[in-house]
Amino acid sequence: MAGKAHLLIRKGRVIDPASGRDEIADLLIDEGRLVRIGASLDAPGAEIIEAEGHWVLPGLVDACVHLSLPGSGRTGDIASESRAAAAGGITHLAAQPDCGPVDSAAVVRLIREQAGHAGFARVLPIAAMTQGLQGTQLAEMFTLARAGCIAVGQAGAKVADALILKRCLEYAATFDLPVMFRPQDAALAAGGCAHDGPVAARLGLPGIPAVAESVDLARDLLLVEATGVRAHFQQISSRESLHLLREARRRGLPVSADVSIHHLLLDEDALEGFNSHCHVIPPLRGSADRQALLAAVADGTIDAICSQHQPVGSSSKAAPFPATRPGISGLDTLLPLVLKLVSDGDLPLARALDAVTAAPARCLGIQAGQLETGRPASLCVLDAGATRAMASHWLSAGRNSPWLDATLPGIVKLTLCHGRLSWRGGD
Amino acid sequence: MTLAPPPSSRVQLTEDGKLRHFLSVEHLSRSLLEEILDTAASFVDVGDRAIKKVPLLRGKTVVNLFFESSTRTRSTFELAAKRLSADVLNLDIAKSATSKGETLLDTLRNLEAMAADMFVVRHQDSGAPFFIAEQVTPRVAVINAGDGRHAHPTQAMLDMYTIRHYKGGFAGLKVAVVGDILHSRVARSQAHALNILGAEEVRFIGPKTLLPRDVEALGVTVFTDMIQGLKDVDVVIMLRLQKERMDSALLPSEGEFYRLYGLNNDKLRHARPDAIVMHPGPINRGVEIASEVADGPRSVILNQVTFGIAVRMAVMSMAISGQESAHGQPQGDLDGR
Repeated sequence: MAGKAHLLIRKGRVIDPASGRDEIADLLIDEGRLVRIGASLDAPGAEIIEAEGHWVLPGLVDACVHLSLPGSGRTGDIASESRAAAAGGITHLAAQPDCGPVDSAAVVRLIREQAGHAGFARVLPIAAMTQGLQGTQLAEMFTLARAGCIAVGQAGAKVADALILKRCLEYAATFDLPVMFRPQDAALAAGGCAHDGPVAARLGLPGIPAVAESVDLARDLLLVEATGVRAHFQQISSRESLHLLREARRRGLPVSADVSIHHLLLDEDALEGFNSHCHVIPPLRGSADRQALLAAVADGTIDAICSQHQPVGSSSKAAPFPATRPGISGLDTLLPLVLKLVSDGDLPLARALDAVTAAPARCLGIQAGQLETGRPASLCVLDAGATRAMASHWLSAGRNSPWLDATLPGIVKLTLCHGRLSWRGGD
Repeated sequence: MTLAPPPSSRVQLTEDGKLRHFLSVEHLSRSLLEEILDTAASFVDVGDRAIKKVPLLRGKTVVNLFFESSTRTRSTFELAAKRLSADVLNLDIAKSATSKGETLLDTLRNLEAMAADMFVVRHQDSGAPFFIAEQVTPRVAVINAGDGRHAHPTQAMLDMYTIRHYKGGFAGLKVAVVGDILHSRVARSQAHALNILGAEEVRFIGPKTLLPRDVEALGVTVFTDMIQGLKDVDVVIMLRLQKERMDSALLPSEGEFYRLYGLNNDKLRHARPDAIVMHPGPINRGVEIASEVADGPRSVILNQVTFGIAVRMAVMSMAISGQESAHGQPQGDLDGR
């Protein structure tokens, strides 16, 4: 692992959405800590990084990543995937509880150990809310939180029984643990692999209706209100869900939400030709949903944008569409695609960057995603104007992405994670 | 951005627009569909000859790859291939390899080694023949014999042949397709074919539980009332209702379905007096169609089967010829790819 950084990053465009800072400045990092941000800093002995023409951003916080421990069936390991994160300017990863499943302190220790040893990113495990994610018995949430979990959740697994779910939430609320929800009614989604809309109707793909999400979200919100638990809703995909979230916020519920970057850029049309790299759950929805999601990110109804990283081996995608394993490998493209949203005029720069830095940190209740002096530095230096072919620089073990053959903007020159150098790109 | 994969037309056609796979009717041109029908017409009388064979596919190997069993469809493809003088291999994969855990890709790689010239594919997953044509066997012609709920293009084309035979053409025609649209690859392919060939109106009739959401995207008018839907139509196509639809709460009973959507003479009255009645078979008497209609003067159900062989011969010979023009003559080209 790299030692604590002693750097002077000079003349970059420093953008820190949390403080509203957007100016040309120098940053001094000493003993891994961000000491000063200012004009014409001087630091004898520090390595000078010339960042003129580049951007300096807080390290990205990705609120939804599926990593794998051996045996999970996914491709790649914590080292390979966190390295892809570092190369994409991401410093904090919230790992979904289906990684293990994360229902014992030993699994949490294993994840933290592997992540620490690799040293590419801070991996923040989300604990399983029920044992084995089975939805029947409470997991030891307190013990798991003590072991280092930042929240509890069920990933894609459901707690079907409303009574058990209510007790899970009450128990989590006892320790003020945030709960991560991924709303999708299992019965309404059963057997489906595509948005229940015109493209699925034409291609004959079994559909997952938008109401599968909103029905479950409505139930979750009512139970959140009844139990007072802090709630974060992940991977929102439909217009109907946005009405429910807005209403919940109006009533003052402690809720936040995220959306995957893919649902902001792609819609059901991407499935044309049975492109299995666009097989993802929740499914890519209609273009009106996509527009509504963009508006919801712009107005803050949706706080954060995440990668929804799911690395899948090529053989799991080499099959007829409905038989393929859902998921898009997203760490390599999160930052480039956020830049694309901005350059396409779909989101203003400050809000787009906030949605991958300070906002997800707030949703997760962690101190990250901003350039704070006096704290270990997590940041990245980015050549935002440069573009490159993604395929030749792909680092995730999962090459399952509709963007693999695309040329996208943004090359990360350097990433600092918690005071240590986690990525340095060639020129 | 090179995000979108090629539309189905690009996969199915050679650079100069000839058919090389037949995966879906969607996006094909009217002239190509007419070519299929015209070619089929030239094959219709082959079955009446003393020697029921033409030598167009002599020396070619056609493999019937049925991942979902279907004796009827497989038999008509087999007969069509044999009448074209091809060697035919029937593989009932539903009962063999994939049930032992072999992936589709592994199965196909094994079959490639047999140097087949054509795969006739039936698969339970929508899009499977596209996957096979694109990913696995670029030089083997792939004919879709039914994939999931997506497409059954040879069935649709034999239906078009039947309609053209009895109605002379498609201009001004109103065609109703009735029943379980949701699960029907036949209905989807028929809608595309009818729209491409210039029918005036395609109607889908059924209860909302058996109609896909946004099915209007197929260019159809939707009716839930059968009497209204049948008004003034020239062709009525009944779909088979699978019994398991009752188990999954899509319908209360066969009896209520028959009362609402079963075709009897009383309902048929609302169609045009010269309307024909079609069904892809096998029919469920008393479930979607009354015997008085199935065996009645307006029914052309049995003729569909005869035309089906000719249409499959047409598609098979056109696809083989398209592959040859795309890859040069096959002689001396023995590497199988």
